[in-house]
Amino acid sequence: MSKPVLATTSLAGCFGCHMSILDIDERILQLIELVEFNKSPVDDIKTFTKPVDIGIIEGGCCNSENVEVLRSFRKNCRILISLGECAIMGGLPALRNGIPIEECLHEAYIGGPTVQLNKSHILPNDDELPMLLDRVYPCHEIVKIDYFLPGCPPRADLIWEALVALITGDPMKLPYEVIKFD
Amino acid sequence: MEKSVKQIIAKYNTNQTRLMDILIDTQELQGFIGKEAVSDIADALNMSQADIEQTITFYHFLSTEPRGKFAIYLNDSAVAIMYGQRAIKETFEKEVGIKFGQVTNDGLIGLFNTACIGMNDQEPAAIINNRVFTKLTPYRVREIVRYMREGKNMDELINESYGDGKNHLPSLKSMVSSNIRRKGMILSDSYIYGSVTKNILPGISPEAVIAEIKHSNMRGRGGAGFPTGLKWEFCRRAKGDKHYVICNADEGEPGTFKDRVILTEKPELVFEGMALAGYAIGGDEGILYLRYEYRYMKEYLEDVLAVMRKNNVLGENIAGIEGFTFDIRIQFGAGAYVCGEESALLESLEGKRGEPRDKPPFPVEKGYLNQPTIINNVETFATAVRIIENGGEWFTQFGTEDSTGTKILSISGDCMFPGVYEVNWGFNVEDMLDMVGAYNVQAVQVGGPSGTLIGPDEFHRTLGYSDLSTGGSMIIFNKQRDLLRDVVLNFMEFFIDESCGSCSTCRNMPEVMKNKLVRILNGNGVKSDLTDLKAWGKVLLASRCGLGQTAGNPIISSLKNFRPLYEELLQKEKEFDQGFDLEASVQQSCRYVKRIPKFHLHE
Repeated sequence: MSKPVLATTSLAGCFGCHMSILDIDERILQLIELVEFNKSPVDDIKTFTKPVDIGIIEGGCCNSENVEVLRSFRKNCRILISLGECAIMGGLPALRNGIPIEECLHEAYIGGPTVQLNKSHILPNDDELPMLLDRVYPCHEIVKIDYFLPGCPPRADLIWEALVALITGDPMKLPYEVIKFD
Repeated sequence: MEKSVKQIIAKYNTNQTRLMDILIDTQELQGFIGKEAVSDIADALNMSQADIEQTITFYHFLSTEPRGKFAIYLNDSAVAIMYGQRAIKETFEKEVGIKFGQVTNDGLIGLFNTACIGMNDQEPAAIINNRVFTKLTPYRVREIVRYMREGKNMDELINESYGDGKNHLPSLKSMVSSNIRRKGMILSDSYIYGSVTKNILPGISPEAVIAEIKHSNMRGRGGAGFPTGLKWEFCRRAKGDKHYVICNADEGEPGTFKDRVILTEKPELVFEGMALAGYAIGGDEGILYLRYEYRYMKEYLEDVLAVMRKNNVLGENIAGIEGFTFDIRIQFGAGAYVCGEESALLESLEGKRGEPRDKPPFPVEKGYLNQPTIINNVETFATAVRIIENGGEWFTQFGTEDSTGTKILSISGDCMFPGVYEVNWGFNVEDMLDMVGAYNVQAVQVGGPSGTLIGPDEFHRTLGYSDLSTGGSMIIFNKQRDLLRDVVLNFMEFFIDESCGSCSTCRNMPEVMKNKLVRILNGNGVKSDLTDLKAWGKVLLASRCGLGQTAGNPIISSLKNFRPLYEELLQKEKEFDQGFDLEASVQQSCRYVKRIPKFHLHE
């Protein structure tokens, strides 16, 4: 049997969850024995080159590009996992939810106390830039998510145990100390 | 009573850890804690104003804005609403002329919602200036508001309509009824208080007390069920400058009110149990942490303590035992469910926001003021006295092998005789329903919102730690009730309000889950919503404390046991649909930055 294929991405997140993936330390050598990486910042493959078994999503969706990437993950991955606070509930970026997007943009580019260089009050609107969504959405509000792994970031042991269980089909061993928030 | 904030601060020796007492007294003196008071307190205690404000804003009954000469807190728990709270609420709004959450322009009356006030057997009920008004009717509401406008005082508002048991005593003068329907070893009148302390303690060592409690196999009565003897032993062995005994009388789980009844009818037994625990662990200071909803008992309980000191059941060299000194003071919460969690309770006792601590260390090692501390439920202390009186062996004849002794249940909801029942563990739900006169029962909520919702096919189950564990709350719903709308939704809102906000799981997930429930109730639900809800219940297990871990239980438990109620509301043909529309969601930002939305999928 060929190895299961894994893909990962970071949407509106801080890459902290990816750092936590790397925190499995030397087990990363075991991981590449167990799986083959496809599209992921870990191996820098930018586009899907084959069907993927497990897609890991860090971060929620704050702009149109996030939505497109997430949808392409859903299309190309058999199983999708929301990894960490932002993917599951919006997290820190979702602090802007509840503040109108106009106000956020004004504060960031025009009115904010640290805005000094933007003298001509330009608002970024190039077609190459992703378009901002009205609010930050958790992944499950855009596509169907199969599993949720909590934490900010989730502990490396939690990611490791969950992945191994998913790949081997063995039951997960997740004592409270491993899933505990702090 | 103190006449200024300065006097209040002095009363508590300018002690930072007594900030809660200072804030409560200030709130009661002025009706709110304004900027000036905050600044005075901050200066005197050498704390920042932000420290003071973060504590004030954490607690429901503390406020930086005036709450009115008469501050009316109407309970909005599920059972209150079942008993007609909505009509009461409307009548208050109509008579007073304001909405809930507001204060009249003349500052006379303020209307506020509040979570379960421990009166489920006599709803609808409200707290007005620390006095409880039970079984409200629209007529009574009109009368109360009229009396307030006529300038009558609180006693006149109560109208001498006192409840049963000791509630008529001059130090209580309370409308609340104890509604004791069945007595056992705790509520029994056969025990003369002080007899264990005076007749038994002089002849038994602290270690032997602990051994006897361990032999009895008693587990804590608050809900978690930790073996009491073991807790006391851990604490006795822990090193510290001082050991503390804390009685947890926060009783915030909606539907629980048995601690209120025990403290009203048998306070001596509880206090004697605390002294007994002090003897066992080698501590000389006890604190009763009492929820603010029971503030009306303050004078009464302080009188009881004074009499006990006079009789040398508390105080110095108790019962002639050289060096056995123990005294108790009462400290109040200020309206926060999470403070029933023992480490949050400790934070609150130390004058801080009631946010649970990260564990370990556990309180038996580092508790109140970082010293070894035991925290037990009201009922646990009362039970301990009867165990030492009669022996651990005697105790094991009651209840079941893994749940010894009796349990005091708070039973409310759709039944003829709501109230307090002391039964042996091992009682089954069917018998309980017969006992309380409940018919046509659709469901029973065992252990409050954080517990389990069970249906008729599980009524053969028995109460005990190995089967249906409960801290005592039993709420009955008959077949007319809409479980999802009237019960589950209300419980979810309760958890959302009461989260301390420390862990993002508990701060956000209950809200996300509630939104999904509302979607389903509105007919927009799809099949994947149910699998999501189930998965999210597990996400909550990452939270730091029991509140967060169980905050999804109303949904998780009803989804498990009443799944058809959810399924019949779903859109059958759809597997997944969350109503997200990419084009619509970028319109607002594109308009503001003057850009025409373009979509180019790269796949």
